[in-house]
Amino acid sequence: MDEYALIMRHEDGTKIASPEQMQIWMKQTMDWIGSIAAQNKFVSGTGLPFADAKVVGHNNVVTNGPFGDIKETIGGIITVRADSIEEAIEFAKGSPVLQGEGNTVEVRRIAKRDEMH
Amino acid sequence: MSEQQLIPHLFRTEFSKITSVLCKFFGIEHIEIAEDIASDTFLSAVETWSYKGLPQNPTAWLYTVAKNKARNYLHHNNIFIQKIAPEIKHTSTDVEENEIDLSEKNITDSQLQMLFALCHPVIPVEAQIGLSLRILCGFGIDEIANAFLTNKETINKRLFRAKEKLRTEKVEIEFPTSTEINRRLETVLTTLYLLFNEGYFSESSDNVLREDLCLEAMRLNYLLIENEQTNLPEVNALFALMCFHASRFAARKNENGEIVLYEDQDENLWNKELIERGAYYLNQSSHGNKISKYHLEAGIAYWHTIKADTKEKWENILKLYNHLLQIQYSPIAALNRTFALSKVHGQQTAIKEAEKLQLINNHYYYSLLGELYKEIDNNKAKENFQTAYTLAKTQTDKQTIKKKMDEL
Repeated sequence: MDEYALIMRHEDGTKIASPEQMQIWMKQTMDWIGSIAAQNKFVSGTGLPFADAKVVGHNNVVTNGPFGDIKETIGGIITVRADSIEEAIEFAKGSPVLQGEGNTVEVRRIAKRDEMH
Repeated sequence: MSEQQLIPHLFRTEFSKITSVLCKFFGIEHIEIAEDIASDTFLSAVETWSYKGLPQNPTAWLYTVAKNKARNYLHHNNIFIQKIAPEIKHTSTDVEENEIDLSEKNITDSQLQMLFALCHPVIPVEAQIGLSLRILCGFGIDEIANAFLTNKETINKRLFRAKEKLRTEKVEIEFPTSTEINRRLETVLTTLYLLFNEGYFSESSDNVLREDLCLEAMRLNYLLIENEQTNLPEVNALFALMCFHASRFAARKNENGEIVLYEDQDENLWNKELIERGAYYLNQSSHGNKISKYHLEAGIAYWHTIKADTKEKWENILKLYNHLLQIQYSPIAALNRTFALSKVHGQQTAIKEAEKLQLINNHYYYSLLGELYKEIDNNKAKENFQTAYTLAKTQTDKQTIKKKMDEL
């Protein structure tokens, strides 16, 4: 069984959601992760809040947020166990991030420790 | 308390105290000597008390006799002179001056240190539980065998091997250092958790014994709370969990000894005082920023102390199960999570989720599916209960499933 990273990308990180909306998303995300964990396929997860985000650029130029020149931004990453890329894709399809038009979940197999990449 | 009741009661409470103190005194390699002297003390008590009646202060009597027996042992035993005496050098080189300290403080300290020694990661967890029951809870070998649903020989062998291991690994009876305490405490808490579960979920038909296992687990857990260094959030969380579960003792078995399912339990039989204590310790456990599985399980148990089905209750339970599964997967948590999901998002959603679990050797899995198909498709519900019935191993489980089928 391999491990896969599911990388959640938001098209526009500057969109501000209402606290109520945030709360609904949080619950949906927890249920989504809980569902994967209930199948014993969850490895780890890292949420990446947009607030206070900075980008350090060439010549150590620091800018606010990941949102200047880059259009897409990463909202979080979870790692799952799956028998195949297809199974990992099925997990990705459940992500509430996909409710936002333009948002994506990138599915990437994680290299094994001794693997060349 | 009559004499008939008093002696077994004293045996439970005092055996462990005397053994712990003596074992600490002699060193873990002589754990059997400590056990023998403690057993011998109780034998003398039974013999003497049946002739002369109970002494005024039975506990003090036991301590004096135990001390004398230990002292005699020191005097008369050559092995001691050759092997132990050189080791007991931190207090004095003169054997006579070594006083066995049965003060309350030393008893508590010795018991705590023994708890850490017996729950040492070098011995398997089953043996840790067995040894703790024997040494720290004063259970007889046949009682331990009964609790584990096995025979005395198996338990004797298991305990013997574990003691050998403690000897060869030279495990010290001491309090772990502050850097080690968290790691060692984890093993201790696992043992107490399993000890409690052994009593709570055991198939053993001896109800009194099962409750005793739970109460002993709580008593040992409480020792950790009373000690400043071990009074940590997860210790409080585990204690809260035990209080919540224990509050349902009276309600979860009917007069025929059959399990009464949660939804059929009479709330009036729930022990309010234990629920309140649980809430207090759950609150105590919230200091600090680590969330252990005990916190989450105690949280789930807390919501179960509220009988009424509210949206808030099940949303919280679902959230806690989601979190618990991320920390530690278990089939039963996965099934319970799916049940909570059905309460929050409905049976249809839960059926889809349940079918992803594919726990096809687990009768609870089919019982859950049976439950979820109820009223949606009673034929399917029946089919699933039927499979659950075939897979269930114990009579209690079969009965429960049968009842569900009849209700359809």
